[in-house]
Amino acid sequence: MKPFTYERAESPAAAAGAAMRHPGAKFVAGGTNLLDLMKLEIEEPMHLIDVNGLQLDKIEPTPEGGLRIGALVRNTDLAADERVRRDYGVLSRALVAGASGQLRNMATTAGNLLQRTRCPYFYDTNQPCNKRLPGSGCSAVDGASRQLAIIGVSEACIATHPSDMAVALRVLDASVETILPDGTTRTIPIADFHRLPGDTPHLETVLQPGELITAVTLPKPLGGTHIYHKVRDRASYAFALVSIAAVIQRDGSGRVAVGGVAHKPWRVEAAEAELPRGAKAVTERLLADAKPTKDNAFKVKLVERVLGAVLAEAKGA
Amino acid sequence: MKFETPATTNPIDQLKVVGQPLDRVDGPLKTTGKAPYAYEQHEAAPNPAYGYVVGAAIGKGRISSMDLGQAKAAPGVLAIITAENAGKLDKGDHNTAKLLGGPEIQHYHQAIAVVVAETFEQARSAAQLVRVKYEAAKGSFDLASVKDSGKKPKEGFGGPPETAVGDFDKAFAAAPVQLDATYTTPDQSHAMIEPHATIAAWEGDKLTIWTSNQMVGWGVGDMAKTLGIQKENVRLISPFIGGGFGGKLFLRADALLAALGARAVKRPVKIALQRALMINNTTHRPATIQRIRLGATKDGQLSAIAHESWSGDLPGGEPETAVSQTRLLYAGANRLTAMRLAELDLPEGNAMRAPGEAPGMMALEIAVDEMAEKLGMDPVEFRILNDTQVDPEKPERPFSQRRLIECLRTGAEKFGWDKRNAKPGQTREGRWLMGMGVAAALRNNLVMKSAARVKLDKSGHITVETDMTDIGTGSYTVIAQTAAETLGVSLDKVTVRLGDSTFPVSCGSGGQWGGNSSSSGVYAACMKLRAAITLKTGLSATEAIFADGKVSAGGRSVSLAEAAGDKGLEVEDTMEYGDLDKKFQQSTFGAHYVEVAVDSFTGETRVRRMLAVCAAGRILNPKTARSQVIGAMTMGVGAALMEELKVDKKRGFFVNHDLASYEVPVHADIPHQEVIFLDETDPISSPLKAKGVGELGICGVGAAVANAIYNATGVRVRDYPITLDKLIDQLPAVA
Repeated sequence: MKPFTYERAESPAAAAGAAMRHPGAKFVAGGTNLLDLMKLEIEEPMHLIDVNGLQLDKIEPTPEGGLRIGALVRNTDLAADERVRRDYGVLSRALVAGASGQLRNMATTAGNLLQRTRCPYFYDTNQPCNKRLPGSGCSAVDGASRQLAIIGVSEACIATHPSDMAVALRVLDASVETILPDGTTRTIPIADFHRLPGDTPHLETVLQPGELITAVTLPKPLGGTHIYHKVRDRASYAFALVSIAAVIQRDGSGRVAVGGVAHKPWRVEAAEAELPRGAKAVTERLLADAKPTKDNAFKVKLVERVLGAVLAEAKGA
Repeated sequence: MKFETPATTNPIDQLKVVGQPLDRVDGPLKTTGKAPYAYEQHEAAPNPAYGYVVGAAIGKGRISSMDLGQAKAAPGVLAIITAENAGKLDKGDHNTAKLLGGPEIQHYHQAIAVVVAETFEQARSAAQLVRVKYEAAKGSFDLASVKDSGKKPKEGFGGPPETAVGDFDKAFAAAPVQLDATYTTPDQSHAMIEPHATIAAWEGDKLTIWTSNQMVGWGVGDMAKTLGIQKENVRLISPFIGGGFGGKLFLRADALLAALGARAVKRPVKIALQRALMINNTTHRPATIQRIRLGATKDGQLSAIAHESWSGDLPGGEPETAVSQTRLLYAGANRLTAMRLAELDLPEGNAMRAPGEAPGMMALEIAVDEMAEKLGMDPVEFRILNDTQVDPEKPERPFSQRRLIECLRTGAEKFGWDKRNAKPGQTREGRWLMGMGVAAALRNNLVMKSAARVKLDKSGHITVETDMTDIGTGSYTVIAQTAAETLGVSLDKVTVRLGDSTFPVSCGSGGQWGGNSSSSGVYAACMKLRAAITLKTGLSATEAIFADGKVSAGGRSVSLAEAAGDKGLEVEDTMEYGDLDKKFQQSTFGAHYVEVAVDSFTGETRVRRMLAVCAAGRILNPKTARSQVIGAMTMGVGAALMEELKVDKKRGFFVNHDLASYEVPVHADIPHQEVIFLDETDPISSPLKAKGVGELGICGVGAAVANAIYNATGVRVRDYPITLDKLIDQLPAVA
């Protein structure tokens, strides 16, 4: 870990301003990912801005009938919120499918969106990794890639985004509210929030330097059956091989987003039109441009089968 | 004491203390955080400096340059030790690769430097400033591609490299029912929770290390040899160990580098091997490729059995002895076993819980299931039909005890085996495909020379000292039970002190010999103390009864406190063994029954129920023994379903080198586990009539899971671990 300076921010605007004044600064909230990465010197911020005191920890109704989730709401609290459990079950289920009780007690809503990939080559500082050291190359493309992405990949990077929560937010069409260093605010649709790797896999979101997430808003409830189905090699405490967040209506229409397959939660709205025709039809559209490796080619089939399970469950519900 | 003839009735047979399901005597220390592990010996070695290990960044090659300038100038740095400045170093007898590499690099994450600094954080930070340039060399990293270059290894722990009885080829060719299949097991990691850790301190030319090591004697010897100093100048202290599983049998880099660091900075140095280094820096269970051929008559008698196994290791290394159990488990007149060892440049392979049998049974016991199906026989009955009461390769050697049939029958009844549908893929529970599997378990019982010192003080308190270790197995407890039983005192009158090389040399913890052999050493010393007590009190040695803290004979009773007198009594003895283990084959047996549910959509396997029935001699403590067996069953589930070190065959290292990516079972993976111990004594094994049990529990578990998955799905997977990607292509189509 490199020596760093530290401050506690007084307000969201002050936090964003401080980040601009300290190039290479990082915000820290739960610290469940950042501190690990700092110890491994994968992240080397010179300055940490602690945002835990910013009182962004409320879940409030919005005038549109949705919910506004403060950036600092802990994963445990969000998953347990009565309104979330009632109206956005897919989100609650995605949250409890992730990490462990201890981690969820610390991890925040904004931090969850910003967690880094779990690609093993990203974690091994001896190995080239374009995400960790831009331009150094990608070891995973011809290395061990069973866990890694099958779609939206580039020659520079086949990492996945590890979040479960983000997959649910994508299916719910959530929005990310931010404040910029100049004090202005903006709202970013979740669909646009994470980027595909392209030639710049080190850039993972559209956030500008110093931009701070203040809240995530959910539109009004969709109704329907909410399912989060996560598949992994062990029953708990593992990242998804494939996960599916789905909201399925009684008439068979619905929405589907997939985790564990891409650099961002993967959703193709056009594919959802195929839902009445079943899992195979949806998957063909959803993963039409898939470019898996030899190690992870099974994920294409797995997505179809997990979606089959989801649709069967929705029918039974 | 020498154990040369089968045990007769002796004080252990009273079973007042031995054989009771007692809590661990070290339990309160551990649950209150008062048991000092190696890294926590704060009082023993105050004011330590901290070492941080730099591991090689290539799989094979040379260091072309190493720049320590920036790192040396970093805050708090006291010294940086490399092969260049460490002085002449030899290599330990139990090490394959050097513990401090350079300029030649033998494997990934081989230690090439240790940075010693005032604080851990400073050492870690400075370690990142060590600038190394390498010339990578082409290495062999893929077992499958070098397997055919494998050579016949020399004879080691697992017996001869080849055996043959009768004419296998002819018998196999003539057999009406044949099986010829190849199985693979991957590289696996011990993944114990406590990393390898050491504090080292020098006093003049005398070195003390507080470390986490299963084999105190081996550790002392290899440290002395590596440093080129006298064994008498090395003291190794290892009282508590947070898991070892064979990964801590040897001197490793943490201990050597702490010793070198402490010598350089002239104060204690502590090192805990970083988690990210553990997998490639230390040892692992090597991958195997195993070919099994079975030939049988139509009525199910095995007539031909062949088991060949290929594994790889660094030059000078050893094979995974995966054919061992096949020499013993089933009858059959024509037999062949062979091991081949290829050179690989991956980190060094070595023992992990039940080396040989654990991966060997994973293959053999699938093969037996497959053969039973070909014969249309129940796999339990097929195994029973081919049971043997003698060593099938040397029929003049009977087994000392072999109750495999009873294990299988008891298990079948308790588990409800009769409810299994022999036709696979037939039993459903909603979306789950349900199946049951069985496997036999065999693990040899080794007996090892072991010494102990026993002291009786004037208060009547007993202290036992031996350099035996407790790796979480319950050594403290069974040793205390042995002493209490033999000397006729209650458990609270016994203190056990372990893991210090100044104590008499024990058998150490390995190969499931620890419990029986170390307790037998303590028994020998306690019997010697009894003799000393009767001599001193003038009581008849043949009539003396030791009970309730007193010794009585001829109507006279003397308390042990009184017998001890002001000076107390102290004796030392060693249990040594004659040739009973040559005349008799000593093994432990079991049967594993497993029920699984396989998700018909996703192919995820979840174990529903597990039962192990074990026949392993006298069970010294059913509670600690049960803990050993359920732990081993859990490890077996890991081996069956998820554990695999992923090899980067281009760069030459195990990629998933942390506990997030090397998955072992979590609580949610492990269902109800039941363990039954057959009521058994084996007087051929030791005066305690006990055997090992800690490794028996893993032998066969993987195959029982695999066979249950086959029964559930009809998909036969011969490559471990059985992850969902190996199943989904063959599961029923989804709508």
